[in-house]
Amino acid sequence: MSVALRSRLAPYLLGMPAGAYLAIFFIVPLFAVLSISLETGNYDTGFVLTWHWHEYVTAIREYHTQFIRSFEYAALSTVLALVLAYPISYWIAFHGGRHKSTYLLLLLLPFFVSFLIRTLAWQFILSDQGIVLGTLKNWHLLPQSLRVLSTPSAVIAGLTYNALPFMALPLYVGLERIDRRLVQAAGDLYARPATSFLRVIVPLSAPGIFAGFLLVFVTNVGDYVNATILGGPDTTMIGNIIQTEYLTNFDYPMAAALSSLLIGGTLIVIFLYARTFGASQIQEYA
Amino acid sequence: MTEHEANEPMSVDPALVRGLTEPRISRGKLVQRAGAGVLALGVAGFLEACGVGGANKKASTGTGANEIGSTAWWAKQKQAGTFQFANWPYYIDTSHGKHPTLEQFTKATGIKVNYEEVIQNNDSFYAKIAPSLQGGQGTGYDMVVMTNGWYLTELINHRWLIPLDHSRLPNFAKYAGSLVKSPSYDPANKYTTAWQSGFTGIGYDPRLTGREITSVEDLWDPKFSGHIGMMSDNTELGSVGLLKLGINPVTSTQADWHKAANILKQQRHMVRQYYDQSYIQALENGDTWISQAWSGDIFQANENGYPHLKFVVPHEGVMHWTDNMAIPLHAAHPADALAWMNFYYQPKIAAEVEDWVNYICPVPSAKSYIAKQLDDPTVAHSPLVFPTAAMTAKAHEYYTFKNFNEFNTWNGIFNPIIQS
Amino acid sequence: MTAVAGMLERRPLEAKASRVRPARFLLPAYVWLVIAYTVVPIAVMVAYSFNQTPSGKTTFAWQGFTTTWYAQVFAISDLTSALEHSFEIATGSTIISLLLGVPLALALARYRWRGGVVADSVIFIDIAAPSVVVGASLLSFFITLNIARGLGTILIAHVAFNVAFVTVVVRARALGLDPAIEKAASDLGASPWTAFRTVTLPLLLPGIISGGLLAFAMSIDDFIITQFVAGPKLTFPLWIYGAVKTGIPPQVFVMGTMIFFGGVLIAIANTILQRRTQL
Repeated sequence: MSVALRSRLAPYLLGMPAGAYLAIFFIVPLFAVLSISLETGNYDTGFVLTWHWHEYVTAIREYHTQFIRSFEYAALSTVLALVLAYPISYWIAFHGGRHKSTYLLLLLLPFFVSFLIRTLAWQFILSDQGIVLGTLKNWHLLPQSLRVLSTPSAVIAGLTYNALPFMALPLYVGLERIDRRLVQAAGDLYARPATSFLRVIVPLSAPGIFAGFLLVFVTNVGDYVNATILGGPDTTMIGNIIQTEYLTNFDYPMAAALSSLLIGGTLIVIFLYARTFGASQIQEYA
Repeated sequence: MTEHEANEPMSVDPALVRGLTEPRISRGKLVQRAGAGVLALGVAGFLEACGVGGANKKASTGTGANEIGSTAWWAKQKQAGTFQFANWPYYIDTSHGKHPTLEQFTKATGIKVNYEEVIQNNDSFYAKIAPSLQGGQGTGYDMVVMTNGWYLTELINHRWLIPLDHSRLPNFAKYAGSLVKSPSYDPANKYTTAWQSGFTGIGYDPRLTGREITSVEDLWDPKFSGHIGMMSDNTELGSVGLLKLGINPVTSTQADWHKAANILKQQRHMVRQYYDQSYIQALENGDTWISQAWSGDIFQANENGYPHLKFVVPHEGVMHWTDNMAIPLHAAHPADALAWMNFYYQPKIAAEVEDWVNYICPVPSAKSYIAKQLDDPTVAHSPLVFPTAAMTAKAHEYYTFKNFNEFNTWNGIFNPIIQS
Repeated sequence: MTAVAGMLERRPLEAKASRVRPARFLLPAYVWLVIAYTVVPIAVMVAYSFNQTPSGKTTFAWQGFTTTWYAQVFAISDLTSALEHSFEIATGSTIISLLLGVPLALALARYRWRGGVVADSVIFIDIAAPSVVVGASLLSFFITLNIARGLGTILIAHVAFNVAFVTVVVRARALGLDPAIEKAASDLGASPWTAFRTVTLPLLLPGIISGGLLAFAMSIDDFIITQFVAGPKLTFPLWIYGAVKTGIPPQVFVMGTMIFFGGVLIAIANTILQRRTQL
């Protein structure tokens, strides 16, 4: 095989196992379900493909509040996770030395324990008169009427907490591969540590930031658990709605339409992000 | 060298720069992808033809002597020596890795029980077994335990449960309590017998409410604003609204539902949270002072270091729900499952399970067994496990939906209150 | 080539950092603070795994210290087997996801190919798709093809979403690798496989480890998708969630504690091993 042909085929060969797997076990089932969004009928009488695009109009009209709220919560929690995780990933990548993988493991370890246990524990810890709030209120550092649980803040805090490893790991990966000599070169050019951090390290870690953003934002938009356990009456996210439509109401067309909208909306946000931050020059794929 | 802009790294190597700035999505390909998507929809449509369709058709269950569930049919069923029992986790007596009541059953009848704790919610379990039943196939289970509600009603409406042969259930006839006999969702216990039941009433912390609670009205008391818990299950929520208006849920009409929804909307700004099951943590922590609550949760909380929490049957009434044993269609070993149903209804066996599960026992006479032989007065004398006559007099059942449209209407009325 | 040399050499930054004394304390202190923060709910769980519970179900009211539950940790056979299944599936799905995802990540990072755009979007959609829909669609798929639900179907489902996460993480790493290094290796006579094995793979290793850890964590904790595609054999989260209705047994906290400290032991062992190899 000629080198040219091999290098043309190479990506396809490399990508084929994963591609085939996803095509069979993800794309096909998913499109089958999404096509239901264009169908009419109900659970008893069955569904018929009628290209009922109006379902999407109904979906947006009824649930745009929850959509917007979900994107807001996801955006906030992503930014918070980024701010919280970046120093950790930076430290592990640049100062972790031989023990990098150990620190990563330690960071991730709490998340191997079931999320249900963690959330129950948080419910206990953050209760109005509990260990944290109760103590602070006794010392008169907080007003008595303050509550954390059953508020949007609790949901966002929960989202951020669960997002930490998803942000820290890709950030670490992106930071780890930065050539240290570039940073040293910046120093040689009289850049202060802060400047070389901002002007050299952060931009070079862009792929890591993008990967972290992708994992965190995208998963958080569709989240429903935090809103269920930690939230209040007005914190319902689109994930909750989709779950209800699917499992409680059996309104499959609506559930499928909402899912398509969710996926589509997220893709748009990713695309916008990639345009704004990911590349100053856009290059076409050949 | 001059300073560079924040977005551009210092040029070291073109390959590096390329790698750093390579886009993940490129502009024009979005159109191509959209086209591919439409094509895929066509594929999807084809798949739909052989995928999940409608659930309308009732299962064909044969006719005459061959009709599944008829006396003649049951006469032909033989015990096979084993059966698959699907239940909720931790919902049966457990001791050192074994289930004593199941072992006693095996000793008495020779039937082995394959006990699987595979049910987490009614809705998701239903979503799992319905497609098989729709396709005319067995679910792999000979006995399932499901709560009364839309999903059980669907199974009954579609004739996906095997009618029981009560001639083989003498213990049920003899020992079952009045609460669980002939419920409105399954008259004459044609398809189901109760496993455990429970009350949904009001749980509260008297130290925080400052007074005794006696009425559903108390859930609307502005003094408790911000510390009221309600359930996120819309059947529970709607039913308590109906109770407040003095309407019996079983005979309620759609107009009644709208009225109930209105008063629930008025309550909304006072509700702290619509809880799934975690209301009990909120009550224990003191975040919520008063809440809709399940009797079993309060019983456990009392045992577990929160003796001050109280459960009350409001004078308007309390909702009574049941987790039911049923035999799904095309079960491989129905006779064995039926044998277990009968075995369970002995006071001794029901008592052993009850001592562990602590919800409402379907066999009232198990009470003395628990008090004497099992020496557990806490359970035996608890009105949350063996309710008094006064309590059972106030027990109400939930509305049984006749068809999907009714169910849909109810959801459409009450879901927006919970999820806005 | 300077870039190549730079890639192959990783000198820690300590020498330059001596100027910034306060920051040197601040940053590690912050890191340990955050690790402590992530551990707070775990600490609560560990504490209450020693709690006496009259009713046999967990409670957050302190009733007294006891180690009974540690003695009886495997007393609930269904719970124990659920835990075993979770580990088996997590390990299996991590390995398979890595086997599938690493080549794809390389392909996406290194080459520009038409299929790459499609693969990219599929990866995004995979991460973006709500769990409920993925779970339900896979269930319909298995039923249509008459595939019996069991540990195998759970494994298939977990790989389906783990592959995307692994790919994203490994690609972030692969993007920085200069393909010229492999070319250099082949110039020196290495076959493509040898070049990959001895040059690319070690360079990718941080990404692979990170991706693997992430996949493992996601798999062991997955609930919604697993709920749909599970058969008679359960996983740990499934069992716990179903038990919430009647009350979670203390063994759940004990097992969580054991998982956590098991991981800590592995981390310590890892540290010691690395120190050894450096000598």
